[in-house]
Amino acid sequence: MASHPSTRTRRGPVTYLVRLLVIAYLFLLVAWPVYLVGKNTFADGMDNINGILEDPDIVHAITLTVQVAIIAVIINTLFGVGISLLLVRYDFPGKRLLSALLDMPLSVSPIVVGLALVLVYGGRTGWFGPGLESMGFQVIFATPGIVLATVFVALPLVIREVVPVLEEVGEEQEQAARSLGANAWQTFRRITLPSIKWGVVYGVVLSLARSLGEFGAVKVVSGNVLGQTRTATLVVEEKYLNFDKGGAYATAFLLALVAVACIIIVSVIRPKEDR
Amino acid sequence: MSIEIVNVSKRFGDFVALDSVSVSIPSGQLTALLGPSGGGKSTLLRIIAGLETADSGRIEIEGVDATKLSPQKRNVGFVFQHYAAFKHLSVARNVAFGLEIRKRPKDEIRERVHELLNLVHLSQFADRLPSQLSGGQRQRMALARALAVQPTVLLLDEPFGALDAKVRKELRDWLRRLHDEVHVTTVFVTHDQEEALEVADEIVVINEGRVEQIGSPDELYDSPANDFVMRFLGPVTELGDRLVRPHDLQLLTGGGEPDAVPGRITRITRVGFEIRVVVAVGEQLVTVTLTRNEFLSLGLQVGSEVQVRIAPEVGAVVGQPRLLGAV
Repeated sequence: MASHPSTRTRRGPVTYLVRLLVIAYLFLLVAWPVYLVGKNTFADGMDNINGILEDPDIVHAITLTVQVAIIAVIINTLFGVGISLLLVRYDFPGKRLLSALLDMPLSVSPIVVGLALVLVYGGRTGWFGPGLESMGFQVIFATPGIVLATVFVALPLVIREVVPVLEEVGEEQEQAARSLGANAWQTFRRITLPSIKWGVVYGVVLSLARSLGEFGAVKVVSGNVLGQTRTATLVVEEKYLNFDKGGAYATAFLLALVAVACIIIVSVIRPKEDR
Repeated sequence: MSIEIVNVSKRFGDFVALDSVSVSIPSGQLTALLGPSGGGKSTLLRIIAGLETADSGRIEIEGVDATKLSPQKRNVGFVFQHYAAFKHLSVARNVAFGLEIRKRPKDEIRERVHELLNLVHLSQFADRLPSQLSGGQRQRMALARALAVQPTVLLLDEPFGALDAKVRKELRDWLRRLHDEVHVTTVFVTHDQEEALEVADEIVVINEGRVEQIGSPDELYDSPANDFVMRFLGPVTELGDRLVRPHDLQLLTGGGEPDAVPGRITRITRVGFEIRVVVAVGEQLVTVTLTRNEFLSLGLQVGSEVQVRIAPEVGAVVGQPRLLGAV
């Protein structure tokens, strides 16, 4: 870098070409398709939106999706912050293995996750399933299964946001707090949590967006029962396959809207000095 | 004795940080743990604070066995090299932290914080964030924060190490004056011998996980226990196989003192108020420092033949005196 001080400021034709390529790429891949979803949603004015909001089954699906997402985000946040502290502040055998394992949900196809959960919690042949079912607790083809699948796929998002922040903040502030008489909980609440606040918020938003949009794993474990376990993403597929494109676009638009809104709100309120 | 350290050992993997160290640190004094980097002095300080645990040995603070106590129960104030300021809290809230944890009444906290900020000359910065302070100011804030809880002992880990030379010197003087005012038993870690000699009442020299010597600055400087202490505390030169300070050597132009050896001047360098003269004694190059007046009165030049001897009143010599004549 230091030996080429001019590269950063020089704006030759190559710079503009590269910029144009990047913009065109993002436009064709992301912006234009998303825009088309919105355009198709509002092709007949508010008809499509009103159509889905008047259908009680779809309203139920959307409510279910939001409930599941909120529960999953709460679980993933508590677990994520805890596991991040464990990974950054403590040494133990198998730490690298655990760290690698935590990335697995990002690399495994969600449909595999769904099948795996059925194998463990399935009501007839799963490991725990029959036992749980005899106690009157159904997991697969019910809301707990949908929550489980959603938690699984969004698991690493909080951790991957919080771990680098914890590493950067370092341990000294916590040690100072301890030596000033604070116990573990006081140290966490007064010192650690405020310093990782924005990492947690960002992780929560990403998890929320991911949880709202989960499709594959949920499709396998939910059973897709209309008015009971059908979530918003499953409604989109159903509508699309049934040639109700207007309804499919409208539901998809609502899903995308919430996710995009979350990310925009956070990047606006996040203070600049933290990044 | 305020802090009693008995046979403390600590390893990090294969590296022996402390090898059965025993030290008694007196009450109410300013004690320096001095030694080269990686010698174990910071580890010892962190063990006293409870931020590390010793593999074996015992720590007593004011008569209480603290070996197994967690840091929050030891009532020590700890000041870190890189300040460890609570970045999201104002200067006043930083200082108030320990008192808030102890659930003291709000009025008392306000009063005590005000008093401490006055003590460290930061009253006008009470509402700023640490990021708006300079390094020296942050370290003074960290000191006030540590003092707020009225610790039994105050521990400082290279407190001025991250500051530039000028601020470091100011803070050093200031720490000495502060200690004369507050009188809390204070232990600070430093690798800077000048800092230790200038500030401390007592110095513990630590090297390779072992205590080399304990004593007042004068004792260490004038009668070092071994080569290492002698070399670490100030400039040295060798005459024969004796280690001696360059300013403790005398040059004679006349002949004939029985304990002097002959040599020839090969180099003369002036550094401010002192003159460094390098004398070749046989194969050996011996450095002698003289004041300007001594130098002028001797009328020395490069190439002059001189006699070198250790000034008769000098104590700090390490080595075998009988071999001197044999060179």
